[in-house]
Amino acid sequence: MSQIFHRSANTLSRATIFGAVFVIAALGWVAYEVQGSPYVTYAGVRKPQPVPFSHQHHVAGLGIDCRYCHTSVETSSFAGIPPTKTCMNCHSQIWTNAQLLEPVRASYRSGQSLQWTRVNQLPDFVFFNHSIHVNKGVGCNTCHGPVDQMPLMYQQESLQMEWCLGCHRAPQNNLRPRDQVFNMRYQPPTSAHPVVVDGQSYTDQVDLGTALVKKYNVRSVGDITSCNTCHR
Amino acid sequence: MDEQYKTTVDAQQTPVIEPGHTFATVTEKISAIVLTRPASNGWFLGFGIAFLATMMMLYAIGYLFLKGIGIWGSTIPIGWGFAIINFVWWIGIGHAGTLISAILLLLRQSWRNSINRFAEAMTLFAVACAGIFPAIHVGRPWLAYWLFPYPNTMRVWPQFRSPLMWDVFAVSTYATISALFWFIGLVPDMATLRDRAAHPAARLIYGALSMGWRGSARHWHRYETAYLLLAGLATPLVLSVHTVVSFDFAIGIVPGWHTTIFPPYFVAGAIYSGFAMVLMLAIPIRKIYGLEDFITERHLQNSAKVMLATGLIVAYGYGIEAFMGWYSGDRYDAFTLWNRLHGPYAIPYWSLLICNIFIPQVLWIRKLRTSPVALFLVSGVILVGMWLERFVIVVVSLHRDFLTSSWGMYYPTRWDWMTYIGTIGMFLAAIFLFVRLLPMISIFEMRTLLPEAEVKE
Repeated sequence: MSQIFHRSANTLSRATIFGAVFVIAALGWVAYEVQGSPYVTYAGVRKPQPVPFSHQHHVAGLGIDCRYCHTSVETSSFAGIPPTKTCMNCHSQIWTNAQLLEPVRASYRSGQSLQWTRVNQLPDFVFFNHSIHVNKGVGCNTCHGPVDQMPLMYQQESLQMEWCLGCHRAPQNNLRPRDQVFNMRYQPPTSAHPVVVDGQSYTDQVDLGTALVKKYNVRSVGDITSCNTCHR
Repeated sequence: MDEQYKTTVDAQQTPVIEPGHTFATVTEKISAIVLTRPASNGWFLGFGIAFLATMMMLYAIGYLFLKGIGIWGSTIPIGWGFAIINFVWWIGIGHAGTLISAILLLLRQSWRNSINRFAEAMTLFAVACAGIFPAIHVGRPWLAYWLFPYPNTMRVWPQFRSPLMWDVFAVSTYATISALFWFIGLVPDMATLRDRAAHPAARLIYGALSMGWRGSARHWHRYETAYLLLAGLATPLVLSVHTVVSFDFAIGIVPGWHTTIFPPYFVAGAIYSGFAMVLMLAIPIRKIYGLEDFITERHLQNSAKVMLATGLIVAYGYGIEAFMGWYSGDRYDAFTLWNRLHGPYAIPYWSLLICNIFIPQVLWIRKLRTSPVALFLVSGVILVGMWLERFVIVVVSLHRDFLTSSWGMYYPTRWDWMTYIGTIGMFLAAIFLFVRLLPMISIFEMRTLLPEAEVKE
């Protein structure tokens, strides 16, 4: 009887068995990488906005506090997007003829809000509250990144659950004194630049964070990593 | 006549293979079913009906995905309905295949050789049917892969302390080992079919599946080693898989579930229903394909004896449950017992006792134990009984909660029935394809039973 398969079938079958393991493993790895990449998360992507508002200019250049525009960040789940009137507090006096600001003036004249494109978007099944984070000593730039260095706004972090849990499982690594929350230039304590809280000087972030967890009554890791803390 | 062959005859038992066969006739008879026998009208009719039932299942599942599990009868307090009942039923049926192929191999029971192949096929198809239910009952089935631990951007793992998680591992291990065991056992027979097939396409397919098998001494040596190792791996699974399935219930504190008798009694029940399914398949198949030479009265009798033994273990389990209802002094356990006997689901419970305990006692009679018709009927009764057992465990335990305000009733909807009957259709359709496309009896293992196979010193 003649051979059914060519001699190459031997090599081919061995390569298939060997290859299948690596191809499947590689596909899994690629899927994982894509899932964490900006292609999925939009981290670092500058989305188009009706007016190219520069946080860099307004925060670092002019020294405006976060809460001047995001008024409800300390008391509400939502930090707040300022109404056009807030822009016009200044822009009715300065840059009144700038072409760039025409959409702002048009909005003011017509009463129609500016349609900003949302940058930091959490899924609807996540209940996120700004006020609790701000009041327990989580700085703005811990999550939002160096907003004072952003000419155009972008999302700093992946906003994926692993990122949330990274802090919820070890909150002492990120907390700072409450009065430093809105300080965009805040530096974690080092031996050269200690941070003083209640007369006590801290040179290490974990020591400081552990003290702040106690001081601000941050609930236990078990409590803040419970499913229904965020998924109610 | 060789020694071993003589002893089987001397023991006044029907031999495991009728006298008069040679290597050539065994090979010819089994391979001819696949290679030369034309498919009959009866085969097309049977396969057609089974296939339609499979389509009905796909329709029911499609509608389920569209609408959600609200179309089923499960509701609080009976959150587990048909999906879990059918899952446990199918997984249990699969166990006989593994017991026959692995444990009986290690125990050198020669009568396993003619029924192991299709019993293993039955295991695989039953596990496939069982696997459907956990996947579709989770509400968002497209996320069913969350059951498996894998690196993910949520940085969370499944709940390893949950018996449902153990179930995922038990069943997926079981499916993998069963498929490997079945395939390894098929390789030498694939080569036989490759060599005998006339059609080039058949030669190509069987040739690829035989993975270059030439029957050299080295091949046989490796084959025997691999097969024994897999048998060793599969043996603990016969006990562990249904033990873990029983943990789904026994770990919970619901009266009627929270008992330590569950693991052994589930395993016995699994083998009980599995052998019933083996007989329900073997009896018509040996008749239709004229395989009475290979699947003899001895096989039927031995299977009946296994059913009798495991059935008595199951009866002991029911007895202990009832005894503990009284002996524990726990009012909830006592109520569970009373409720089974007199509550709204008394009819399923009494039917279960009749099907699983009383009717199978006829197997004590030798005449009925060797009668194919009687065995077929008793096996059907046992399969119904074992399904009712799971119904009683799931529904009757849940429908009377600790608080009377949360008492309720369970009524399966037509979608429940369509899915369940559809899986039976899928199972049968797979069996129909199997008997036409693969050698349903292991050719080379049958040859080892012949006097010719004995090496004379």
